Amino acid sequence: MAKHVLRLVAVAYVLLLLVLPVAVIIWRTFGDGLGPFVEAMTSPSAVHAFKVTTVVAGWAVVLNTVFGVGTALLLVRHEFPGKRLLGALIDLPTAVSPVVVGLALILVYGRFSPVGGLLESWGIQVIFSTPGMVLATVFVALPLVVRAVVPVLEELGDEQEQAAHTLGASRLQTFVRITLPGIRWALGYGVVLCLARSLGEYGAVAVVSGRLVDQTQTLTLFVEERFQNFDQPAAFAAATTLALIAVVTLLLTKLLRPKDRSDGN
Amino acid sequence: MTAITVRPVRRPAGGTAAGLGVAVLYLSLIVLIPLAAVVWRSADQGPGYFWRSVTTPDAWAALTLTIGASALVALINLVMGTAIAWVLVRDRFPGRAVLDTIIDLPFALPTIVAGLVLLALYGPQSPLGINLAYSRAGVVLALMFVTLPFVVRTVQPVLLELDTEMEQAAASLGAGPFQIFRRVILPNLIPAMLSGTALAFTRAIAEFGSTVLISGNLPFKTQVAAVNIFGQIESDNTTGAAAISTVLLAVALVALITLDALQRWGSRRG
Amino acid sequence: MAIEIRDVNKSFGTTPVLRDVSLDVAAGSLTALLGPSGGGKSTLLRVIAGLERPDTGTVRISGVDATRLSPQRRNVGFVFQHYAAFKHLTVFRNVAFGLEIRKRPKAEIRKRVMELLELVHLEKLADRYPSQLSGGQRQRMALARALAVEPQVLLLDEPFGALDAQVRKELRAWLRRLHDEVHVTTVFVTHDQEEAIEVADTIVVLAGGEVVQTGSPVEVYDNPANPFVMRFLGPVTELGGSLVRPHDIEISQDPVEGGSPAVVSRVVRLGFEARVEVEIDGREAWVQVTREQADRLGLEPGDTVHVRPLPGARSLALAV
Repeated sequence: MAKHVLRLVAVAYVLLLLVLPVAVIIWRTFGDGLGPFVEAMTSPSAVHAFKVTTVVAGWAVVLNTVFGVGTALLLVRHEFPGKRLLGALIDLPTAVSPVVVGLALILVYGRFSPVGGLLESWGIQVIFSTPGMVLATVFVALPLVVRAVVPVLEELGDEQEQAAHTLGASRLQTFVRITLPGIRWALGYGVVLCLARSLGEYGAVAVVSGRLVDQTQTLTLFVEERFQNFDQPAAFAAATTLALIAVVTLLLTKLLRPKDRSDGN
Repeated sequence: MTAITVRPVRRPAGGTAAGLGVAVLYLSLIVLIPLAAVVWRSADQGPGYFWRSVTTPDAWAALTLTIGASALVALINLVMGTAIAWVLVRDRFPGRAVLDTIIDLPFALPTIVAGLVLLALYGPQSPLGINLAYSRAGVVLALMFVTLPFVVRTVQPVLLELDTEMEQAAASLGAGPFQIFRRVILPNLIPAMLSGTALAFTRAIAEFGSTVLISGNLPFKTQVAAVNIFGQIESDNTTGAAAISTVLLAVALVALITLDALQRWGSRRG
Repeated sequence: MAIEIRDVNKSFGTTPVLRDVSLDVAAGSLTALLGPSGGGKSTLLRVIAGLERPDTGTVRISGVDATRLSPQRRNVGFVFQHYAAFKHLTVFRNVAFGLEIRKRPKAEIRKRVMELLELVHLEKLADRYPSQLSGGQRQRMALARALAVEPQVLLLDEPFGALDAQVRKELRAWLRRLHDEVHVTTVFVTHDQEEAIEVADTIVVLAGGEVVQTGSPVEVYDNPANPFVMRFLGPVTELGGSLVRPHDIEISQDPVEGGSPAVVSRVVRLGFEARVEVEIDGREAWVQVTREQADRLGLEPGDTVHVRPLPGARSLALAV
């Protein structure tokens, strides 16, 4: 009896808090057929927002993947003073409010700061432009790849890498032929999480982008701007698109999650 | 053959130093220097100014609302998160795997979309007839949404690893179901429950996107700290924004240090 | 000499693991590094392979100073205790790895790999993944992989340590035969004296990070350099203040010249041999005799017998 009550409570909680709200928005979006959805998502502003999102998220994922794999190797395979500190600093972004991320970047790279002023004199505008949005996205998604790869690298051990060395493989060859295949599922998991976080970032990007419609507007900013301007169909269509991306992400991570996979074959 | 070559152990040192250099530079340019700039800016005009910025009526109201709502949400998660983890691990019913997957939805769903979907179900046009828009309950609802996975995902693995023989031993010694839960299971879960709660709390005080639409951002009523900071940045009061940001960072730091201590406590107890 | 090691020292932190180790390994030999765990034998093997750098000292392989060479450039074959199989590659690709790195033509790789797989009796499993192999099969694959690059020396770290007793015995005999076929200079690490004696033609005893003794199995067994080596290589018992092998003791019912009286406390029959436990002047000792001998002497607990070392038996005086 107690078991059934608990089950009912848990399912109802998740249903009311997560499932129904998302279902309602999908229903509202597609309630009048695909027409309004297609129309809303093919408007020039929506298409542009989609492009901006893709560019910013693409850069952030590439940068964080390279940094993430490198740092994970550093943390697992090398010894150096301050290793614990580096490990702790990697997690710092998870504790920072997205708005504070935006503020922090404005203070350093904004036009009125020394660094930002210098960059501006070289013709590089960071804040209210793509580089700033990439920086903000990199910041919020920074720990994801590192945290996905580190445990798998630890579990993998370094014997296979040593074996490759004794067989004549260089460091690069060992990395490409042995280490990378060993961590591929975890890396895939980390990259998918990183991509989802990057596509969906709102607060930090809202601050550093200046929210310039048709210029620095990402899909998440488009949702908010359209909603505030009483264009509910467009807001719902964009939100549904993002929600569907989130669902795909969930299924992908389910597929890739290291603990759910026994072996790499 | 008497040649003796003396060298300190430093085989991978060259590669390590270069890699470490790049990693630290990346981290510094994107995370550390900007965050230091926030703290630096908040102290820019002296402690008096800092204090006045934090205690302006609207900023103070936003801070107290944020911390209060976050504490309430953390508590709700402590109970509901543990209950959901329990159901996921110990209960068997059709759809359990789907439920398990859905738990991570808040991690994958953009926060602004989370706010919008909540507004669709619990807003003025609610099909259920429940309107929580522009109320503090709406803020709490948004925070509940984005923090749902934390306790579930920290408690679940511990519960999975928990040896059921321990419970059978307790039962053989005459303990009833409630006693087993209270005396055997709960003590083993508490460290994970508390660290999940601490994570949920730090996430809640930092939250911005999901509260933007549903709260209406009414100063003194539903405006959370992050939204207040956003407003100050928009009106070019970066020093004030930095002051409130520093308070948020400090609260998060305290929560994380507590979390670290809890985890050590937990691992010591094995 | 295939391998010349001179004055090698190595510490991990403040713990010395190798102290002034000098060692020559003859070309074509099959050498065992034998010693208790923590004696430094695995570290020495890793120093030869270049997986560890010595703090001081030199390592020469085939006359070339290899001390500063990375493992990648030493051309040694190394077989790890836990196989270090490349989990994402098939048996064939595992063995082909070193040849692919060396960019050999495809046809040549195929031919060489199949030859090696035949040598290790894995030719039918070429397309399997390591997870589909047994422990012994994985170990043989690791051996073929190490041999594929035609190494100057083959190094094996506790090659049979992770296998169960039966497979271990089979692989030992097989390794001996393989070495007779391939003739590559081979060094293997073991803590099992029986394994060292059975397989190796040279035994190097390492303890406390130092080379204690080097010699053929017979030399090391019969002329141990000190009580430690004697104890480590086989059973010993104490007789008249000396260490003696229990099978080197004569037991008789009548007093003999140079013998001491002893009281039998227990007779344990173990298959074809018997273990006679005796007490001599209040000290415990034991004698290994054949079962037939034990029956002929009709030994019972409480009997008084006379024991002495066999003529020509090796014994080591114990410092008191």
